[in-house]
Amino acid sequence: MSSESSYYVPASSKLPIFMAISLLLFVYGAGYTINDLGKEDTYSHWILISSFLLMWGTMFFWFSEVIKENDAGMYSNQLNTSFVHGMSWFIFSEVMFFFAFFLALGYVRIFAVPWLGGEGEKGIANILWPGFEASWPLMETPDNERFPGAHHNMSIPPITKIHTWLPFWNTLCLVTSSGTIALAEAALKKGNRKSFKAWMVATISLGYIFVVLQSVEYYEAYAHMGLTLGAGIYGTTFFLMTGFHGFHVCLGAIILTIMTIRGFQGAFSEHDHFGLAAGSWYWHFVDVVWILLVLVVYIF
Amino acid sequence: MSAVIESHHGDHHHGPAKGFSRWLYTTNHKDIGSLYLWFSFIMLFVGGAMAMVIRAELFEPGSQIVSPEFYNQMVTNHGLIMVFGVIMPAFVGLANWMIPMQIGAPDMALPRLNNLSFWILPAAFGVLLSTFLMEGGAPNFGWTFYAPLSTEYAPPTVTFFIFSVHIMGASSIMGSINIITTILNMRAPGMTLMKMPLFVWSWLITAYLLIAVMPVLAGAVTMMLMDIHFGTSFFSAAGGGDPVLFQHVFWFFGHPEVYIMILPAFGIVSHIIETFSRKPIFGYSSMVYAIASIALLSFVVWAHHMFTVGMPIAGELFFMYSTMLIAIPTGVKVFNWLSTMFRGSLTFETPMLFAIAFVALFTIGGLSGLMLAIAPADFQYHDTYFVVAHFHYVLVPGALFSIVAAVYYWLPKWTGYMYDEVLGKTHFWLSFISVNLTFFPMHFVGLAGMPRRIPDYAMQFADYNMIVSVGAFLFGLSQLLFLFNVLKCVYYGKSATAEVWEGAKGKGLEWTVDSPAPYHTFETSPDLTKPQTNS
Repeated sequence: MSSESSYYVPASSKLPIFMAISLLLFVYGAGYTINDLGKEDTYSHWILISSFLLMWGTMFFWFSEVIKENDAGMYSNQLNTSFVHGMSWFIFSEVMFFFAFFLALGYVRIFAVPWLGGEGEKGIANILWPGFEASWPLMETPDNERFPGAHHNMSIPPITKIHTWLPFWNTLCLVTSSGTIALAEAALKKGNRKSFKAWMVATISLGYIFVVLQSVEYYEAYAHMGLTLGAGIYGTTFFLMTGFHGFHVCLGAIILTIMTIRGFQGAFSEHDHFGLAAGSWYWHFVDVVWILLVLVVYIF
Repeated sequence: MSAVIESHHGDHHHGPAKGFSRWLYTTNHKDIGSLYLWFSFIMLFVGGAMAMVIRAELFEPGSQIVSPEFYNQMVTNHGLIMVFGVIMPAFVGLANWMIPMQIGAPDMALPRLNNLSFWILPAAFGVLLSTFLMEGGAPNFGWTFYAPLSTEYAPPTVTFFIFSVHIMGASSIMGSINIITTILNMRAPGMTLMKMPLFVWSWLITAYLLIAVMPVLAGAVTMMLMDIHFGTSFFSAAGGGDPVLFQHVFWFFGHPEVYIMILPAFGIVSHIIETFSRKPIFGYSSMVYAIASIALLSFVVWAHHMFTVGMPIAGELFFMYSTMLIAIPTGVKVFNWLSTMFRGSLTFETPMLFAIAFVALFTIGGLSGLMLAIAPADFQYHDTYFVVAHFHYVLVPGALFSIVAAVYYWLPKWTGYMYDEVLGKTHFWLSFISVNLTFFPMHFVGLAGMPRRIPDYAMQFADYNMIVSVGAFLFGLSQLLFLFNVLKCVYYGKSATAEVWEGAKGKGLEWTVDSPAPYHTFETSPDLTKPQTNS
């Protein structure tokens, strides 16, 4: 029903409206769940859970439909270009989301904390908490009773002890996995499916190791370092930035796991594997964010 | 290029499905455009009703009708609805309708995503409006939701506000990805970038701005959520953060957002002025460069909204000068519009009237913006009615007038019927007079020191405030005439020709197709590589 030169426009679809309903449920579910935190006998989390189930179900059917349509040869080259544009601009929007947090960290480190410590022409802020000393990582907050600072931070240790530093292993995992997924793609393009599958498995394994190590790091922070969300601005920026990154690693790992499973089922051809390519771009994006994070959150 | 319009019912290449499900399941850019436009029209009356409450309260000094708490909720939701629920969806609706028609594409690039971008908007605003019924009342911290008003001192409904902003952002991002992809990938052969209609250009740049800044807004509300519920200290100096940080993140989003609400208007007004001047637009490429430079500059001017927070002097100066730079490309645009009209064969149909009013009144708003850009002077203007006057001049006779003009201009193409010209002109003159009556005196009370967002005021402001309120009521009522005119056009209008406006055929692809435009406009893209013969 199609040819190379025609652009496929579905006449109507029930999928988006189900997605919209799931988001509506999500807003009420998340809102009530968070507002009810700490309360007993609340049912609001069930709204949230049902919204996720509906969302994931809809996504499953949505992607299935896209795959079916593509397999039926309904997608022209031009439509595939639309997908490329769509994914690229989506990643750009993600970059800007992280930008907001980098902006916040930069502002805090360059302006807010030094001013609180009495530096510069705006240093009068020091009147609020006399004796507060600016430093980074900020271990002692201006109001240390309300926001008790951490006793240890995550900064890089001397180079001889680098192997005891989890972010080092995390960086190794992610950077390597960016390489392995490139190898997987290259193998697929050459038609070498066996090595394609092997590199995919290697990639997602490294991704999961990263997530596990990150969880260990968080556990250490909470259990032994006094480093929590409430530990002042250092804990705040540390957890929000690495946390959102970790969340994106999870998303990327899930996407690539699905791509690997599909690869084992025989999906993708040498020239037609946009799902895999998009997942791989996303993975590279997550990797680049991590490198920036290591630089500004852990090292400098 | 041709298109395959797939259908489950086998009615290949035919019209829309019947019944309500058409609107729920549709992937057609025209249907979705209409949905966006009607949604924004409804929200205009919802947000407008809130403005009426505000003006009724301010009709006389003293506490009149509503409690100060409810007044704050009105101010906040009026702003949020007008920005996110009226101006932005209306422009996206126009983009949906017109971009595929103007570039000769079969539809938007990603039709199902298009449907999703629309339908999550009513969800987001349903949630926002439902907070009025919740414990603690609706958000009351102003549409700019500065911390700590929106964090430590916020009502519990702020959580719902945060998630509904997330959803609005998702809608804008998906909509913009679709628009940008359509423009970059779906143009008819021969339509190079520098041959695109200006409305398409303005939306290409707007979509880029949206994708760049909506995620930053999502970041800002996420930080709020964490501060409120999870003990973080982004905006709390006690933990080493800074409430001013909120303003930086917010306005990094907020200033490009301001241009998101005006750039498509530039495109619309350019089309209308060239059509009714019966001349091609003067300085097409300078128009494109002007829009692009305004967009780029918008990223480096944000702190002019916060001159009084206590920035170092270097910051004040940088943001003052960068803001003033924006006057240059904007001046280029105004000059080009005037030059297009110069020695043109002008006629003054309703869209043209609104477009000319746009040029004049938007310029007033732009000039008061220049006054506000002067950092030392801003210390007096900051948070007064002068600011309210400024941004209402660029948003009401600016953005809103351009949307109204666009509706009058393209309505015959959409529906196939002409609107009532007498009614249209009546609507214009009533709106024009009342909009100035409403917003011009605000300059005076603002300069005299009347603060914004306060339900009561000193006696010396009483006369002007009464004039403002009368103007506002008149403006509100005039918009009912607009609704009536649109409905009259749809149900009882006289048939329109394909060209609609004299000489419009050479002004864009949309005028080369029938009125109403067929459900699927260009199943085969027109080939623009051959020389066009326009009679």
